[in-house]
Amino acid sequence: MSVSRFWRKIPQRYNLVGTQCTTCGRYFFPPRSLCPDCRRSGEIVDHTFNGEGTVVTYTVIRSASDQFENTTPYVLAIVELDEGPRLTTQVVCTPEEIEIGMRVRSVFRRIAADGESGTIHYGTKFVPVEH
Amino acid sequence: MRDVAVIGVGCTEFGERWSTSFRDLFVTAGSLALEDAGVSGEKIDALYVGNMSAGRFVEQEHIGALIADFAGLATNHIPSTRVEAACASGGLAFRQAVTAVASGMEDIVVAAGVEKMTDVGTGASVDMLASAADREWEGFAGATFPGLYAMIANDYMHRYPLTREQLAMVAVKNHENGANNPIAQFRNRITIDTVLNSSMVADPLRLFDCSPITDGAAAVVVVPLERAREFTDSPVRVLASAQASDTIALHDRRDISTLDATVAAGKRAFERSGLTHKEIDLVEVHDCFTIAEICAIEDLGFCAKGEAGKLTADGATALNGDIPVNPSGGLKACGHPVGATGVKQICEVVAQLRGEAAGRQVDAEIGMTHNVGGTGATVVVHILGV
Repeated sequence: MSVSRFWRKIPQRYNLVGTQCTTCGRYFFPPRSLCPDCRRSGEIVDHTFNGEGTVVTYTVIRSASDQFENTTPYVLAIVELDEGPRLTTQVVCTPEEIEIGMRVRSVFRRIAADGESGTIHYGTKFVPVEH
Repeated sequence: MRDVAVIGVGCTEFGERWSTSFRDLFVTAGSLALEDAGVSGEKIDALYVGNMSAGRFVEQEHIGALIADFAGLATNHIPSTRVEAACASGGLAFRQAVTAVASGMEDIVVAAGVEKMTDVGTGASVDMLASAADREWEGFAGATFPGLYAMIANDYMHRYPLTREQLAMVAVKNHENGANNPIAQFRNRITIDTVLNSSMVADPLRLFDCSPITDGAAAVVVVPLERAREFTDSPVRVLASAQASDTIALHDRRDISTLDATVAAGKRAFERSGLTHKEIDLVEVHDCFTIAEICAIEDLGFCAKGEAGKLTADGATALNGDIPVNPSGGLKACGHPVGATGVKQICEVVAQLRGEAAGRQVDAEIGMTHNVGGTGATVVVHILGV
């Protein structure tokens, strides 16, 4: 991912800044600039999510693209945030620990790097919430 | 709207075609289709070519013109258009050709699909295939394409009674069919143990749950039905052409385990043709992963949600079953050159309806194709009949 493409979404990637349509109240993460329900009559504002959610489904990636190859195996999941929207993320736990319905919270982590001399991509991963 | 017929089909061998280039693959498939149709090149009015990612696989864009040129049609100056919808590019190219003929705009149109995938390494092609999903918010997090379908599989198995063995049966059945298909990449039979002992790619999907990386091309010729008999004694009618879209990202779907675009396109195809499920004699579905075939059978309406695993294990989807699924071997055994797959499905159904599918022949008068882009963001469904 090019530097500009990564840079322009830094608040979203680092701090879970999504959007909300104030016309209908629906939250969006990943962020949307057009509400699918209200369309042009929707009013979109930024919204920072509290970062807690539940694992909807998951997998353990054993064979990855070149960028992620040296981090395999890693747990990938779809997490439903408490405000409603769902996102795709890594969960920092062992393959044995992950399960559907697990409560998780967001953390700031290194995601990947563009080769040995390229940009290091930071962003959000999730960790299990301690009982 | 005019009725449309397929009058010729052609397909290269699918596989790791190291000595064959992108353009040579296309020329071979195109020539076979024209020969089969009994049409000479200068009669072609327009060309649509499905291709997902020549720009990244072989660093070549402007595929429409390139293909027309090397098909020997540059000096005829025909309109030639590349169509892209990830893995549904081929099905969509066919739909564009059907639309062009049905509208009355063109008469003799070639729909083709081509993909040359082995000129890059496996890691690079895994990355390219992930671009069929949301690069910014799925790929960025480390989602691979098998990983996304694995998340569908885990959601499905959490909610419905599907066993790991039933899932493996999809691959076993497709390899059985592929063994009798001369163009198939894999013509070897496998067992449930082959699947269960293969390496894990993305839990619960193993290597033999996944379609391979493939080079190949396919082409078909379509004309108005009223002109079909000028060229062939065995035209195949296009009874319905339907297309639907959905969210690009899997996480935004209404239901992770249901491809709503398959449901929508399937319903439209049945409505437009006036046919019922019982009248469909065979289906070529988009089994990019074993779980994808399970979902496709259900989402097209051939059984209720949660029943396709048992249906497969009981043999209902085998060649001699109630509803044969993927007689070609499907993407799993026949191979999956992404842009070509949707056109290959048409070629297979046409071969079946003409009674030319030696060794894997189904007694069939009506067949269906189902081609998926991404994890279900584009779905193209066709019904063909004689």
